[in-house]
Amino acid sequence: MTTTENSARSVPKPTFTDAEAGAKEFPDSGPSARRYNYYKPAKRKQTHYEDVTVEVQPDPRHYLTQGWIYGFADGSRGYPLNWTKLKAWGVDEPEPERGPGSGGKPVQDWPAHGWHDFRDPNEEWELTMYRYNANVERQIGQNVENARNAKAFDQWTQNWVRFVERHVGAWMHIEHIFGLYVFAACNRSGPTNMHNTAMAVNSEHKIRFAQDLALYNLTLTEEVEGFDGAAHLDAWNNDAEWQGVRKVAEALTAVDDDWGEMIFGTNIVFEPLLGELFRSNLVQQAAPGNGDYVTPTVMGAGEYDFAQRDLRWTQACMGLLTQDREFADHNKQLMQGWLSHWVPQCLEAARQLQPLWSQPDAKPPRFEDSLDRAKNRFAGILADLGLDAPKELSQ
Amino acid sequence: MSRQSLAKAHQKIQELSWEPQYHEPYMKYGTDYTFRKAAKKDPLKQVLRSYFPMQEEKDNRVYGASDGAIRGNMFRQVQERWLEWQKLFLSIIPLPEISAARSMPMLFQAVPNPELHNGQAIQMIDEVRHSTIQQNLKRLYMNNYIDPAGFNNTLRNFHSDYCGTIGRQFAEGFITGDAITAASIYLTIVAETAFTNTLFVAMPGEAAANGDYLLPTVFHSVQSDESRHISNGYATLLMALSDEDNRQLLERDLRYAWWNNHRVVDAAIGTFIEYGTKDRRKDRESYAEMWRRWIYDDYYRAYLLPLEKYGLVIPHDLIEESWNQIWNKGYVHEVAQFFATGWVANYWRIDGMTDEDFEWFEYKYPGWYDRYGKWWENYNRLSRPNGHHAIVAEDVDYVYPHRCWTCMVPCLVREDMVVDKVDGQWRTYCHEACRWTDAVAFRPTYEGRDTPNMGKLVGHREWETLYHGWNWADVIQDMGFVRDDGKTLTAQPHLDLDPKKMWTLDHMRRMPHVASPNVILNEMSDSEREAFVADYNAQGPAGRPANATS
Repeated sequence: MTTTENSARSVPKPTFTDAEAGAKEFPDSGPSARRYNYYKPAKRKQTHYEDVTVEVQPDPRHYLTQGWIYGFADGSRGYPLNWTKLKAWGVDEPEPERGPGSGGKPVQDWPAHGWHDFRDPNEEWELTMYRYNANVERQIGQNVENARNAKAFDQWTQNWVRFVERHVGAWMHIEHIFGLYVFAACNRSGPTNMHNTAMAVNSEHKIRFAQDLALYNLTLTEEVEGFDGAAHLDAWNNDAEWQGVRKVAEALTAVDDDWGEMIFGTNIVFEPLLGELFRSNLVQQAAPGNGDYVTPTVMGAGEYDFAQRDLRWTQACMGLLTQDREFADHNKQLMQGWLSHWVPQCLEAARQLQPLWSQPDAKPPRFEDSLDRAKNRFAGILADLGLDAPKELSQ
Repeated sequence: MSRQSLAKAHQKIQELSWEPQYHEPYMKYGTDYTFRKAAKKDPLKQVLRSYFPMQEEKDNRVYGASDGAIRGNMFRQVQERWLEWQKLFLSIIPLPEISAARSMPMLFQAVPNPELHNGQAIQMIDEVRHSTIQQNLKRLYMNNYIDPAGFNNTLRNFHSDYCGTIGRQFAEGFITGDAITAASIYLTIVAETAFTNTLFVAMPGEAAANGDYLLPTVFHSVQSDESRHISNGYATLLMALSDEDNRQLLERDLRYAWWNNHRVVDAAIGTFIEYGTKDRRKDRESYAEMWRRWIYDDYYRAYLLPLEKYGLVIPHDLIEESWNQIWNKGYVHEVAQFFATGWVANYWRIDGMTDEDFEWFEYKYPGWYDRYGKWWENYNRLSRPNGHHAIVAEDVDYVYPHRCWTCMVPCLVREDMVVDKVDGQWRTYCHEACRWTDAVAFRPTYEGRDTPNMGKLVGHREWETLYHGWNWADVIQDMGFVRDDGKTLTAQPHLDLDPKKMWTLDHMRRMPHVASPNVILNEMSDSEREAFVADYNAQGPAGRPANATS
């Protein structure tokens, strides 16, 4: 066999250019020039997360010398700092006035205001978010597959089957609403790229968890005889127990033009008082006694999202504001008002959920004990933020 | 989870669709479009259970290749001419990407179809990926390429540079104004469906030919997500078309979005591909040939034209005019010449053109040498400091152009420039279509119809205005485009890194002051302005004065 060359084939010719770092010495060739130099890191050394996130969303108070170039019909433009009533130091300082011959007036002492102090403690960017969520999906898939192979669902009592099909199923709707209409919705509103990326990642967790619950529900429909895959819709739309939770969740999407209140109300108030109450203090506690070791692994993934990641960034975000060097009092007062508004609604919704505690054959801890646990956890979160537990919490 | 079929899984997650019972979500973003009919299905049929592992696998390939590039000393073979233009491109592109993520919730509210929201949410996640993966690629270049200057102060540069606003339209246009105009028509229907082909497919091909296989690795991975976004746009467009009242707005927005994308993307990507490459094989496609294939044939003829039967009014005239601009009026060459003219205000180094380049351009664009050859010879002649000024301040038969108020690319095809007094200010526009965008389209009424949600063109849209009357050395210092010795410019009109051959602030100090063409225009009397317009329209090609003989 002979090899023939195609003489018409045309390919670019590699050339040795010696264009690698260190090949020559000239101004800016040293190692100190090999770092992004337009921002100050939160700690001594710049992190990978900061490098791919900080300053991607411009700010006219920093380097955006020609200002935003598109505006909304009402004249607002870019990412207005008044899309929340929360304030960070420096925001009341006027934007640099630029015009003919003014020069660019770039920021002299970065950052220009306190919103830029925020860093997501989870340091989320694309690499971390895919690794994390892919791992969660793989683990859930393996857990459920293992349970299916082991016929683990056969151990469930009929009452527990009804509980999972209606109530565990109903929870998917809460996660979905928050994922799309709170966190994704707010990722257009935050004052910096760090805020908006944290909100987008929080949204991913919620949407993923909602879908995990939906697909778990589908598996159970296929595996458990008599499992009604549509019962969650009936519970969500009609069960009195769920209407209070639904009402608060929907109200959180309807907050009047304040992304800060939406995030605070959801992650600081709703999630500890209702989310953890249902997920950790009811489902996780009740399932083992009812022969179910699978549901807690699905529910637990969502719980980890909140407890270890979503709450963490929210605390870091809100904590900066309650300790703000200029607006701490303003922010605390505002948040106390939000607590007075949202806590009673969440407690009322929690009490509407109470009948669920008596439905499984093997009972979880008493509702009042579960609620106390949720309240204690909530009070601890508030204390960490320097906020007072509202009087409504003791009611 | 059991091995459910994707179709069943996707069907199941539709049960998550939410119909508010007690409270409607706060409607932050308005639109003048209406969606009273024809709910469409989610075209993506993507569930996160499969999405996240798929994306993780794509990431593994990208980061594996990045590691390989460093271990294999890719930078020994990278063409500096090419990598220098990446200082501009990679400073621009993370913002449009993240803006696309931010625009998705605008569609949740504007498009009342919960099934489509799933696809839009996945697009939001994709876009976070794109922005940070590109920011990371730039970081890798900064760490491993011979000259980190320009990469290391990338985002400060882009936000204040004299051509930054050209790229920023491709971001702010996605997130501001009427939600459908911005996030659907401008972003998904035109930018993603038409122009990402040249951005993310054609340009990476050119990168590979210049020894850089990381750009293709990252951007082809990005492009593999774009096909999903194109489906999002198509579904929304079909919904919009089913409501007769939307057709007038669709016609307006397609005209605006098409023309603006052509002006902005063709200016930038055309320049990178034609003037940033060292690959001068005669059988490699020119930007014009790529454009004809990717945009004219694949987008216009294969995607847009079939929509005509659904009532979409397609801007045939503007599409043909875009081709006319690229092929007959030298649009890309004029832009590249402008970038090189203003090299002092940049943060990357621009290599001059050689005889081999001249030959290629003449072969691909007959008549190129007569138009542009002399100027590029002057560029080379003036590239090393030797007692003369930078080319922008030397007499090389080039009239510094006025900016287009709308697209902010200068009015380079001189015969097309128009002026108009809008909002009490005399403005220059590169073409009648750009004048129409500002004076007619971006207004609260359109052809007698109220359009209260339409956005506005705002900001200091002419960069030169800010520095009117300034010394060039002060301008460059103000922007921060100076290297770590405190005097050598980040930008250079050549690739020689010998410090003795590099321009410094001292050279700039001797140049004439910056003058804002728009400030001067607004100081003219009516008769002076008429004379100015007549003279300007008689200029060119290649920026030659009206009375130039060569």
